[in-house]
Amino acid sequence: MTKTVVLITAALLVLGAYTVTAAEIHPQRQAELFYLLKHDCGSCHGMRLEGGLGPALTAKRLAPYGVEFLALTIIQGRPGTPMPPWRPFITEQEAFWLAGQLKQGVNQ
Amino acid sequence: MRFLRYLLMASTLYSAQASAECLTRGTGDMGIVIERAAGSLQVIDRTTHQSLFRVEGLGDLSHASAVYSRDERYAYVFGRDGGLTKVDILCGKITHRVVQGGNSIGGAISQDGSLIAVSNYEPGGVKIFSSKDLSLVADIPATPVNSEKRAKTVGLVDAPDQRFVFSLYDTGETWIVDMTDPADPQIQKNLNVGALPYDGLITRDGRYYIAGLFGQDGLALLDLWYPEKGTRLILKDYGKGEQKLPVYKMPHLEGWAMAGNRAFLPGVGHHQVLVVERGDWNPVGKIPVHGQPVFVMARPDGRQIWVNFAFPDNDTIQVIDTESLKVIKTLKPGKGALHMEFAPRGEEVWISIRDKDEIQVYDTRSLELRHSLPVDKPSGIFFTSRAHTTGL
Repeated sequence: MTKTVVLITAALLVLGAYTVTAAEIHPQRQAELFYLLKHDCGSCHGMRLEGGLGPALTAKRLAPYGVEFLALTIIQGRPGTPMPPWRPFITEQEAFWLAGQLKQGVNQ
Repeated sequence: MRFLRYLLMASTLYSAQASAECLTRGTGDMGIVIERAAGSLQVIDRTTHQSLFRVEGLGDLSHASAVYSRDERYAYVFGRDGGLTKVDILCGKITHRVVQGGNSIGGAISQDGSLIAVSNYEPGGVKIFSSKDLSLVADIPATPVNSEKRAKTVGLVDAPDQRFVFSLYDTGETWIVDMTDPADPQIQKNLNVGALPYDGLITRDGRYYIAGLFGQDGLALLDLWYPEKGTRLILKDYGKGEQKLPVYKMPHLEGWAMAGNRAFLPGVGHHQVLVVERGDWNPVGKIPVHGQPVFVMARPDGRQIWVNFAFPDNDTIQVIDTESLKVIKTLKPGKGALHMEFAPRGEEVWISIRDKDEIQVYDTRSLELRHSLPVDKPSGIFFTSRAHTTGL
């Protein structure tokens, strides 16, 4: 566990924590990412993101985690859990944007 | 003008049927299709390839599944949000509905048809209801993981002798619940069956229960003729020395892809279908396939295996010949090919294509598309013939 935190912190330093505004992601791509979130992330986290085999992705559940941590979890996955790395399908910028959206709450 | 009047009459007749009147017919060639995003389902006719009713108000149906009453009139639909809904498919109406948990993952109907069991992630455990009116009969909490949480229950199936079998994801257990006396459920707990069982299945004859493991290679096998012997690991070396690939959707172990004496199972983290000989449960082959398999299903006569795949390969279906163990056809039906259901005698397979909002019906002999039906974000397809199959 400590090792994971150290690794993620190190990765954060390398990556340089930054925020992404919606303007930097094309609206069409935003819609694609939401569709992916609902239907594909949703196969483990629930279509309404209220949890399944994976944890809920509601703003409340994610409150203890920072945007950077969440973005890196999306990009790299969580070794030792079923969470896979989404790097082949999502850029870092998009992951930061998606993490920001999740922190604000995107479930209906 | 006459045609218009006919149309008007036909539509009046249809809506009257849908709202007030019930159909007078057998249900043996009927089924339901889940509309996962809309929280509704369609009742379909397998012979005419048409929709008979649309039933709304079933809650969150992502990952929904269903079982049937033994008279094939009622479907019990298990929703993700803990909703359990009893639907009269002859009338296209909900007769009973309870929200029995916070987050659920399917269920089963007892051998005698009197009980419906539901598997819950939150709060972790299994609840058992009367199939008549969905009143609570038994509540079986799972093993606590910490002070706040109990283990998630997965792979719940019915078994002979009025039993239910399921596994505990977080704690690696398989439990057998004997409901002979509904007021006094007898529970046999098998501990340490393997790491992170994510789903389970039972053989059609009801003898073997197998839990797939996410946390390690292999599967946990339980012989229900000899439950006292506990589970044993099979195929524990199948992935040795191979790099595990990321899994973007968990495989499903539904039903049992059995052809002759061979069983076909999805690899986990391996783009392979595993072939195992029933009896000694030794591996006899690995079939390389297009992606991470989700459903591996045998045509009822056992001649073919149909496989669909996890994201990002869910636009593909492959058909395997069970004699040569080779892929004989790769179909590209569209993105989001989520679920397949065979006609009970195997002449057709119905496939849900989520992103096209349609069901496609293939002839399993020519492997050609024959029909399609509009369905809003379809996922699970369940034919009434399941009413008479153990484990479905």
